[in-house]
Amino acid sequence: MAEQPILLEAKNIIKDYGSGPVLNEVSLQIHKGEVIVLIGPSGCGKSTFLRCMNGLESIQSGQILLDGEVITEGKTDWPKVRQKIGMVFQNYELFPHMSVIDNIVLGPVKVQGRDKKEVIKEAEKLLERVGLLEKKDAFPRQLSGGQKQRVAIVRALILKPEILLFDEVTAALDPEMVREVLDVILELASEEYTMLIVTHEMQFARAVADKIVFIDGGKIVESGEPEKFFTQPETDRARRFLNTFIYAK
Amino acid sequence: MDTEFIVEYIPHYVEAAKLTFRIGLIGIVLSLIVGLVIAFIQYFKIPVLKQIASAYIELSRNTPLLVQLFFLYFGLPKAGICISSEGCAIIGLCFLGGSYMAEAFRSGIESVEKGQEESALALGFKKRQVVGYIILPQALSVSIPALCANMIFLIKETSVFSVVALADLMYVAKDLIGLYYKTDEALLMLVVSYLIILLPISIVAAVLERRLRYAGFGN
Repeated sequence: MAEQPILLEAKNIIKDYGSGPVLNEVSLQIHKGEVIVLIGPSGCGKSTFLRCMNGLESIQSGQILLDGEVITEGKTDWPKVRQKIGMVFQNYELFPHMSVIDNIVLGPVKVQGRDKKEVIKEAEKLLERVGLLEKKDAFPRQLSGGQKQRVAIVRALILKPEILLFDEVTAALDPEMVREVLDVILELASEEYTMLIVTHEMQFARAVADKIVFIDGGKIVESGEPEKFFTQPETDRARRFLNTFIYAK
Repeated sequence: MDTEFIVEYIPHYVEAAKLTFRIGLIGIVLSLIVGLVIAFIQYFKIPVLKQIASAYIELSRNTPLLVQLFFLYFGLPKAGICISSEGCAIIGLCFLGGSYMAEAFRSGIESVEKGQEESALALGFKKRQVVGYIILPQALSVSIPALCANMIFLIKETSVFSVVALADLMYVAKDLIGLYYKTDEALLMLVVSYLIILLPISIVAAVLERRLRYAGFGN
């Protein structure tokens, strides 16, 4: 496969809340169609990194480039950038005062000025794909966690972003609901969607990733192909981290 | 109890009730506007205006309406600014109510989780769209009970307007007592008048509150 162009790139990102850097010179290139999974212990900075990529967090130094253009200098039109960088959150964050279909349709209609009828048709198609068409008029409070998260994915997808960021999207779910959400993401991966995923589900990371990036202490400690990373990690730190997932009597 | 007297003076009370209701309504609408503006100044943390807003809230909430009215009606003319009785009443009510409404709106806005704003921003909404489509509708459903309580409170506060020579309900009652010593009748009609104005508002507020609770969003 020929090398795809770089879609999103972080160059020497430093993020500091004032008590030492949370991200310390992190650089990462995400090529079109690539699925990168960020893993690491809690508080290592992987979620912060994700939130820097679409400007929810400001950075103190470094650059972020989208399609080769720097988006972190001067006056960035963030609303425009964020239509190209979709994001799904740990706590779903559906709008509780709107039905499922309204949650999905509001963005395309109000942000992108698309025709409402057309958008509703498309939303129904996407809902059918994730098996939730019959829930289109339900309110978020009537849905299970897994259903809410699938709606949240559809809500991000319908804006046709170039890349999707997933921030621990299964961390708030009951175990039996994790699967239904991960299946949706696996399907997106098979369609060559570009994705940057933060997760604690190691089996899933291994299955979905083109590349694993292991972060600890605000730095990328190791990165590489999933098979190699999970079977023969190069660094001692990664080995110790992976060992915490192994249970033996 | 002198029923003839009551019947004879009902029209006086009706006139006064209309005045009380009208001033109360204008005052409430203006306080809602002031409250919303102040709440958003605080939400967006606009420099300078934010400090002015907090100073206003403290001044307004920690001084009695009676004192505020004295200042407007007797104090300002000394500085060459003369405002009519009605003007003083409306400004006073709005000055007092604005801070209470602002606090009611603020508590509603603060009850909306931070993640709601972030997820809306992440979808590409502009800040003002986030406020209009996402934050305000959720905030209002939380604020409504407090807003209704404030409305009732403000209408009751109109009872001090007689000090600026405004012929409101309290003024008429005091007048009749002074003229005819019909204390019981005058006070009975006063109580009934306030109840006629306020009970419907209370009932509407209670219904609204119950509706909102059942529609309870919850995530």
